[in-house]
Amino acid sequence: MRIAVLSGKGGTGKTLVAVNLACVADYAQYIDCDAEEPNGHLFFKPQNTEEKIINRLIPVIDETKCDLCRKCVDFCRFNALALIGNKIKVFDKICHSCGGCKIVCPQNAITEKEKRIGKIISGTSENVRVETGMTEVGESSAVPVISALLADKIDVETVITDCPPGCACTVMESIKDADYCVLVAEPTLFGVHNLNMVYELVKAFKKPHGVILNKCVEGIDIAENYCKEKQLKVISRIKFDKELGKLNSDGEIVSRVNAGYKAMFADTLKSIKEEVSHETASDS
Amino acid sequence: MKIAIPVDSNNENTDVCVSFGRAPYFLIHDTESKKNVFILNEAANAQGGAGIKAAQTVADSKAEVLLTPRCGENAAEVINSANIKVYKSEKGAAKSNIEAFEKGKLSELKEIQPGMHGHNAG
Repeated sequence: MRIAVLSGKGGTGKTLVAVNLACVADYAQYIDCDAEEPNGHLFFKPQNTEEKIINRLIPVIDETKCDLCRKCVDFCRFNALALIGNKIKVFDKICHSCGGCKIVCPQNAITEKEKRIGKIISGTSENVRVETGMTEVGESSAVPVISALLADKIDVETVITDCPPGCACTVMESIKDADYCVLVAEPTLFGVHNLNMVYELVKAFKKPHGVILNKCVEGIDIAENYCKEKQLKVISRIKFDKELGKLNSDGEIVSRVNAGYKAMFADTLKSIKEEVSHETASDS
Repeated sequence: MKIAIPVDSNNENTDVCVSFGRAPYFLIHDTESKKNVFILNEAANAQGGAGIKAAQTVADSKAEVLLTPRCGENAAEVINSANIKVYKSEKGAAKSNIEAFEKGKLSELKEIQPGMHGHNAG
């Protein structure tokens, strides 16, 4: 079962939820798709780590073969190629590595070279296999790193994906294969605005979803009312709690050091799994 | 000599557009014949790389000078490689900017913006 944890903005508690859901499973794979600023590994402190370099392909023009027909420039949807003077110029950072220019070139003047764009660090933390995507500084998109992260599927029952914040391409890439999306939100008006963005996204992707409200304070019902109005299932409500905040900011995994939190996240994981099996049942 | 200017609309009294890559049109002014030609900027609605595509359009127009309020780094790379000189335009009508340029009142554009790539294109 692949569970994606996402939110409309940073700092809502995505990593708190994702890390702890992975910890309370019997055995889980935790994938940090927030590949521009991954932080799940700071909690897991994985052992026996291995690195895998992620490359993508960038076109190289053979000027002796190129007859400046311009087909590659006109083809490129992202405008990563330009014809200036008597040369085709390639903008590596704009290129999305689709390989189309190579196909349309009538002179076979285009080959491809590998460009390092990031790495995946894999390791183990007790019952969790931790995979972390790290994008090279200066790379404009983390999408290829995320797709490489998610391509390496291992046979485990519970896979938790910690998504990047927001609802851009990186998030879409991260939830593509998810069986269920957990939307983490704060109970404020601002939180609701951001929740609405990811709700629209998972609806467009037709993904089963539920909400976890974090930092809940008695008497503030803005998010609660929003969920009621949209008929969104609230899977769990995490109270605003200084103890939890302190443990978390010390880099501790709360469900590993506190039995109460462990029970809370175990309940949440159980509810999610019931939701997924319910969804599967109603689909068939 | 031809002068290119990103503009808001395709009429003679148009203002200079605040954006280079996303300008709806380019005005190409020929200083000898005094003729104006408007070119549709196909990059205006591009998903990404608008600056590059817009700069390609300007380079293809054979302009030797570009008057623009701003220019991103990718566009600047194309413009510089095409040996087009860039001057900083002033707010207001394209017409008055052409006059100002011809009187030598515009200065070369030095500051290049890092651009928006990745932030809205994803």
